[in-house]
Parts: sequence; C-alpha cells; structure tokens
Amino acid sequence: MDPKTLRYAKTHEWASLEGDVCTIGLTKFAVDQLTDIIYIDLPDIDDPVAAGDSFGEIESVKAVSDLYSPVEGDITAVNEKLETDPTLISSDPYGKGWLIKVKVEKGATLDHLMTLEQYEKQIASEEH
Amino acid sequence: MALRTPLYDWHVQYGGRMVEFGGWDMPVQYASIVEEHQAVRQAAGLFDISHMGRLSFSGADSLALIQQVYSNNAAAMKDGQVRYGLICNERGGIRDDVLVYRWPYGWAMVVNASNRDKIVGWLNQHKKDRAVEIADQTMTTCMLAVQGPQALQLCRGLTEADAEQLAYYHATPTRYRGKGCVISRTGYTGEDGIEIMASAVQAMELWEELVRRGAKPCGLGARDTLRLEAAMPLYGHELSEEIDPFQAGLAWAVKMDKGDFIGRDALLRRREDATLPRRVGLELAGRRAAREGSAVLRDGRNIGRVTSGTVTPTVNKAIALAYVEPAFTAAGTVCTVDVRGKIEEAHVAPLPFYRRPKS
Repeated sequence: MDPKTLRYAKTHEWASLEGDVCTIGLTKFAVDQLTDIIYIDLPDIDDPVAAGDSFGEIESVKAVSDLYSPVEGDITAVNEKLETDPTLISSDPYGKGWLIKVKVEKGATLDHLMTLEQYEKQIASEEH
Repeated sequence: MALRTPLYDWHVQYGGRMVEFGGWDMPVQYASIVEEHQAVRQAAGLFDISHMGRLSFSGADSLALIQQVYSNNAAAMKDGQVRYGLICNERGGIRDDVLVYRWPYGWAMVVNASNRDKIVGWLNQHKKDRAVEIADQTMTTCMLAVQGPQALQLCRGLTEADAEQLAYYHATPTRYRGKGCVISRTGYTGEDGIEIMASAVQAMELWEELVRRGAKPCGLGARDTLRLEAAMPLYGHELSEEIDPFQAGLAWAVKMDKGDFIGRDALLRRREDATLPRRVGLELAGRRAAREGSAVLRDGRNIGRVTSGTVTPTVNKAIALAYVEPAFTAAGTVCTVDVRGKIEEAHVAPLPFYRRPKS
C-alpha cells in the first residue's frame, strides 16, 4: 500500500477502502515507537466493530497497546501470519503487516480520517 | 525534577528514550531492547548505572554499623571482596538489597537508586554517636557496567589493574587515565563482566572509550530482560518492605549466626512460617506476557501474584517471577495466569531461566 493513498486515525492506524472492504494496519511511526513487538492479539472473523473501538492488542517487550478500528463494520479477514510472526508488522507495516479487513456499510467513506499530510503534522507535533 | 547522570547528554544525542527511574532520567533503550539484550548475551553491552547510590564508610565503628543493618556477614569478608545482602526493617521486611565492598581502609556499599535517601537516613539513624563517617558519593562519581562473554577481553588495558585477574565478586581500587577508580567482577545480567566506579569528571571519556572498544550501549529495558532471565530480583517488584528474604529465595544472603542485626528476631519467626507466599519462576504456554500484578490461579482460586514478566529474547518464552502459596512452589506445578482478562496456561519453572554456558 502506498502511504500517500491511505487515511489515518489519531491512534496511528491506517485505512484503505476498496469497494466496501476496508483494510487496516498500523503506521510505521507507531511500529517504530513500539520496537520489539512480541505478540499481536487479533479478533475473530465476523466480530462487529464500531469506529473508535479497540479490536485487539499489540504487545512489545515493555508494554501493551490497544488497536483501534477507524471504521464501523464486520471483520471479514484477520492477518493470521502475524500470529506466528508478529515482526511482519515492523518489516512491512503497509503491506504484509496489515492487521484486519472490515466490511463497511455501502457508501461509507474514510473522509472522517486524516490525510497523510495531516497525519504527518500530528506526529511531528507529538515528537517535539 | 529528576536527576541526571553525567552521561545524560550522550544518551539523548544517541537516541536514548529517556524515562524517569528511581528519581533519575535514564535511557530505556536506544534502538531495540532485543538487540541490546542479544549484544550482552553474545558480545558485550555497556550500561550507565550511575543512578545507583554509592556510599562509603570510614572510622573504627564502620563494621559494627554495617553488621547491625546488613543480613549477610560483613565480618567474614576479606579485603577486596564484594558481598550481596539485604537491609531489613524490624519486621524482617526488605528495605533494600545491596552490595557491600570491604577495603583495608574502610567499606563501600552500592544501593538501589530508589532507596538511596531511605538507606542513608536509616544508616544515620542507627549510627548514633559511633565512630563512623558515611559519605554519599553518588553525585561526584559515575558507575558503568560492561557485561557479556567479550566484556573482559574488551576491557584489557582499560585500567591499570587487570580486570581478568579479579575473581568473581571481588574488586580492586585502581586507576583509569591517572585517576582513582574501582573495578569489580560483578553484574546484574547473568553474564561475565565488570562494573566500574570512577570520578564523575571521567564518565564521558570512559563511556566513549568503551563504546570505541566495541561495547554496545544498552538501556534499562535490556537490563530488565537480562536480569529476569537470570532470575535476579528487582526492588519494588520481588523485594519490598513487606517481603522477607526467605520468601524471596534469598536465605543464602542471611547469616543468622553472625550476631544480632535489625530484623533478626522477626526473621527467626518468619523463617518458620509455612503460610507465607514464596517466589517462583513461571513459564507461560502462550506468547502473551504476564505482567506485574497478574493473578496466578489454580482451580479457579487465586494462589498468588506476578511481580515481573515479559517475553525475553534469549529464553524466547513468556516468563515471569511470582509469589505463590507454598503448596504450589514445586517445579512443574500447573497453574494459570490471568493476563488482562484472558486465562493463560502456565507452570512453575526452575530458576534461573537462563544460565550462561560454561567457558
């Protein structure tokens, strides 16, 4: 996935909408902040999720963080490769390291999320 | 405001993620905790441990004061020896775990950063009008640790005295670039290595020389994963004012026969108390780490609590230290751990989780 085409949540998830399926992952910035990822806890297929809800956890040596869904819908796919190799998310956060796919309502958009430019502004101010 | 070691600027400049620990701003990691941990297990890692308290004792009553507050037997130590022990309160609970150094001309003690003021106060309270001068040298000195299978070799020629000649848990005063320092064959990683106490003015040049020689800077994150694998207790987790040395598995550091010391009476009773929870190692079946505070369960009943835990790089499993009811301390005992609402299978594992290969 090309980061320029994605949309971003304040909580560092990225989203890509194709038809009515939204792929969700974590940004490189978030993954770099976490470092040393040891476990990713993902939900079950068909679980419903609301925008802003936690759908799982990502655990590093030092801490555990929630993963938040930027959209509302039903989970249609979960990246099972991350169960055995959580480091995929560090090596390829916008590609092989995707987290979940969510089936959204027809006509739903990602307009409520940030563009790359807006997201980059946010992380620049976070880093001060 | 938190204190800063003489190396603070270096840590920040080289990407150290600073957090407050025991009243000091310390680097948790530079790039990766896992990489730093592996460097110590495979080569040599470098730690700034200047935040730890360094106290010196001089005067004819130094030994008497130390013997009064310390659980191990300082009188049996030879010059140049370093010995681990506990400082206990009157209830037998642990006020701090410390290293005592014996010199021909006096004594030194290294204490945890978080307990420095507490222990200095405790020593002054019990000194009364005896002939002993206690000096807190923390702010005018630095302390670095070089740890790993290549540590000793990497330190060849660093100081006048040869660290390789030092026996384990022995120390010697020597010189680094003309100034007095102390090197000891001690550490908190489970690897061979040394710890160096030097003047604060030399901290930067000593650190930079060790980096040039190939020691990899490591932060507190790796320090924690290394000591956990070696099953070394951490004050505030496995040790506290409410936990006694016998519960903590540190009976070897308590010499009841050496004479009276603060807490001895209480410890005589506590040693015989078969109801007190005891420290064990746990190995979890899955990859989710147990963390401090996680409940340990058996047949749906709470039997204990985790005090430290994570997935560590060398052992590569979710491991933890915990206190459990004495009936459940045997290696192999099956239990479960409540990790943030999900029940994970676990069992009691023998300690340490990691032992360095014999060379």
